[in-house]
Amino acid sequence: MSLLVANMVTKRFGGLTAVSRFSMEIPERTIFSLIGPNGAGKTTFFNCVTGFYTPDEGDIVFNTRRINGLSTDRITRLGIARTYQNIRLFQNMTAIENVMVGQHSLLHSGLVRTLAWLPVLVEENKATTRARELLEFVGLKGKGDVIAKNLPYGDQRRLEIARALASDPQLLLLDEPAAGMNPHETTAIMRFIQRLRDELKLTIFLIEHDMRVVMGISDHVTVLDYGEKIAEGSPDDVRANPKVIEAYLGKPVEEV
Amino acid sequence: MATLTATRHSTISPWRSTAQRGVVLGLVVLFIALVGLVGAFAKKDLVYEVISVGQFLLLISGFIGGYITGQRSEHLGIAARVLHGTMVAVISGVIVALFLLLATTVDFRDILVNSNRDLFAVLQFKQEAPLSGAIVLVVVFAVTGLAGSLLSLPPQRWRAPIMTGLLVVLLIGLLADLLDVLLVSGPFKPLAEFLFPRKGISVPGALALFVVSAIVSTIWPFFGQVTTPARKWINSPGRKPVKFTLIVAVLVPLIIVLPWVLQLYLSDVMTNVGIYILMGLGLNIVVGFAGLLDLGYVAFFAIGAYVMGLLTSPDSSLALSLTFWEALPISMVVAGTFGVLLGIPVLRMRGDYLAIVTLGFGEIIRILATSEVLLPVIGGPQGILGIPKPALFGLVFKDAQYIFYIVVVCALIALYVSWRLSDSRIGRAWVAIREDEDVAEAMGINLVSYKLLAFAIGATFSGMAGGIFAAKLGSIFPHSFNLLISINVLSLIIVGGMGSLPGVFIGALVLVGLPELLREFAEYRLLMYGAALVGMMLIKPEGFVPAQQRKRELAQEDVFPEELEEISAPAVAEEVAS
Repeated sequence: MSLLVANMVTKRFGGLTAVSRFSMEIPERTIFSLIGPNGAGKTTFFNCVTGFYTPDEGDIVFNTRRINGLSTDRITRLGIARTYQNIRLFQNMTAIENVMVGQHSLLHSGLVRTLAWLPVLVEENKATTRARELLEFVGLKGKGDVIAKNLPYGDQRRLEIARALASDPQLLLLDEPAAGMNPHETTAIMRFIQRLRDELKLTIFLIEHDMRVVMGISDHVTVLDYGEKIAEGSPDDVRANPKVIEAYLGKPVEEV
Repeated sequence: MATLTATRHSTISPWRSTAQRGVVLGLVVLFIALVGLVGAFAKKDLVYEVISVGQFLLLISGFIGGYITGQRSEHLGIAARVLHGTMVAVISGVIVALFLLLATTVDFRDILVNSNRDLFAVLQFKQEAPLSGAIVLVVVFAVTGLAGSLLSLPPQRWRAPIMTGLLVVLLIGLLADLLDVLLVSGPFKPLAEFLFPRKGISVPGALALFVVSAIVSTIWPFFGQVTTPARKWINSPGRKPVKFTLIVAVLVPLIIVLPWVLQLYLSDVMTNVGIYILMGLGLNIVVGFAGLLDLGYVAFFAIGAYVMGLLTSPDSSLALSLTFWEALPISMVVAGTFGVLLGIPVLRMRGDYLAIVTLGFGEIIRILATSEVLLPVIGGPQGILGIPKPALFGLVFKDAQYIFYIVVVCALIALYVSWRLSDSRIGRAWVAIREDEDVAEAMGINLVSYKLLAFAIGATFSGMAGGIFAAKLGSIFPHSFNLLISINVLSLIIVGGMGSLPGVFIGALVLVGLPELLREFAEYRLLMYGAALVGMMLIKPEGFVPAQQRKRELAQEDVFPEELEEISAPAVAEEVAS
């Protein structure tokens, strides 16, 4: 069954068509990669899925529910979480607080319960425990009280994933999770993403430039260029596709 | 980075920066003198018949010049540091001396009103002739600069007691009149007579204060490390309720007797401070937690005050004559509702735009209060008179000494609400919005409801403050609700520390309490505010009491340090192993 379905999605900024009549289907519990040269419209499409942009045309359906036009916070509550290409943590909060903000949609304490004090203690304790577990899961055990901006780069990436996991999503959107990582760290993140699929039974929607990651772990790859889908299929299919090679490397000289 | 600073030091010659510092300091001293501060302070004795506050300002300028130069030129040798420090002070002294010579020959008074005999008398240090006065002035600057640069040499451990001593003497000297009045009637009469013989502090008194505070500041750090059995017991796990009870047991009687110790005038000051604390706690939620810069905050204070006036005063157009206790919740609800109403149009705005629009709202409310349209309802410029004093079981809260208790109770309620919210799902959502609105929304936080909640709670506190304010004064006028109040409240949050609850208390005491005590310099209040804010931004931008991040992971509440090591040691070992 497909968890996320995009049908002829178009997003324009003035005269520029960033995403053009893009369709795709992400089956449940797969790692689905979206690749393409810089400026191909990958992040724009991510933003359409998470509700940050509203598509001009077409539909995005999550779990049989049409979600384009919904606000970002509602989409999150439906079960979609994301990370950002340029890390966007809550810089001045501690790691554990970042994760607890991620749990926002799962907690229920409102004004009255918070002021009454006792009713929220149980919930807060549970939330703290869960946050600690998530930090441990992503490999940040013992760093929960560090202010996010003081964490090293790699840890910030992990924390961002922990924060996204905290909302207990079905679909996780990762925007270039391996950016700026060395080969060793990249291998670690590849294994980690596979664990997310296999252990947490998540569906992963991945944007990535590092071909080792994309070809190594994807179940399915879709290629965007100038906002249009130029290829899709298994990693091997896509790697052999002449259109893809052309988009990344340019046309051979004799054809020009 | 290190090489960068090194090259910077070698390219700019130390003499050039010394000359720059000297000129800047000289101009600052001249500015302070010419706006009239030195002259005004000259009438107030710091140490009786030895030094006035005005002269102290001059001395401290040279001292600070020497001190800062000594500190900033740590790459130079000791002799060079002292030399440059002294030279900065000398250069600034020469500038002021040159001005003195010029001003005593040519009359500037048409342009610079404060360039008068009073000022010259201070600058000349009791010398008859301007020339000898100028020489003494330069020498005094040189000596203070020397002292300042010498003091910058030893490590912090030695510096701190001297600085503390100087500060304590300055503070007590400034507040001498008030302290004298307070102490002279009580059991501390001998102390008052020793410290404050006539005006300012006595010479032996000043020395004693300096020595005592220096000693206290030296041994204080050691005192903190001592682990007495009692301290260990109180800090051990599960003693939190005991600790809390002890604090309450000490604080409650203290608060009850405070207005009677302070007497009427100081109680009035404290009540004003309390009203500002209430507003500060409210604005702290809007600006400090949620990061929504609201410059029209006075509007809700005004609404609270007017609702109180309209509902309780028999002279008002409504003439409902409700009691204070019935009207206060209504004031809060109405102010809170307006908080939401004014919040709706600015939901999409951020930063500067939000500040300007809210500034406009504040002004609209003030102008409406003076306008013809509402004249029949709220009295226009005449305001509302005859607001009755609160009464409870026959006890009339007739003046500030009684109103103080109402303020304390309300401030405690506001403090409780702020404290509960700061460390909760709601508080985290606000901080997330402050840090990054888009990401906060992507965490499932509904921006509309959380922003409006912040506006509503902030406005409710302000409305509560306004209601008490109206009842305290007994009459309200539109001109009491000007922009300056919004700015005061914002400043006290900034000075105390954004988002910090103790910071609101400290900020209100410093920015509202101190100026009230130094009424004689009221004209310079805004100048000092500006200087304090600029200084704060340069030296301690996070405020006096920065908001603390709560430790959750290892240092959980009630965990004692020894246990902590036990917990963390295996964790570290595990990490090393992996």
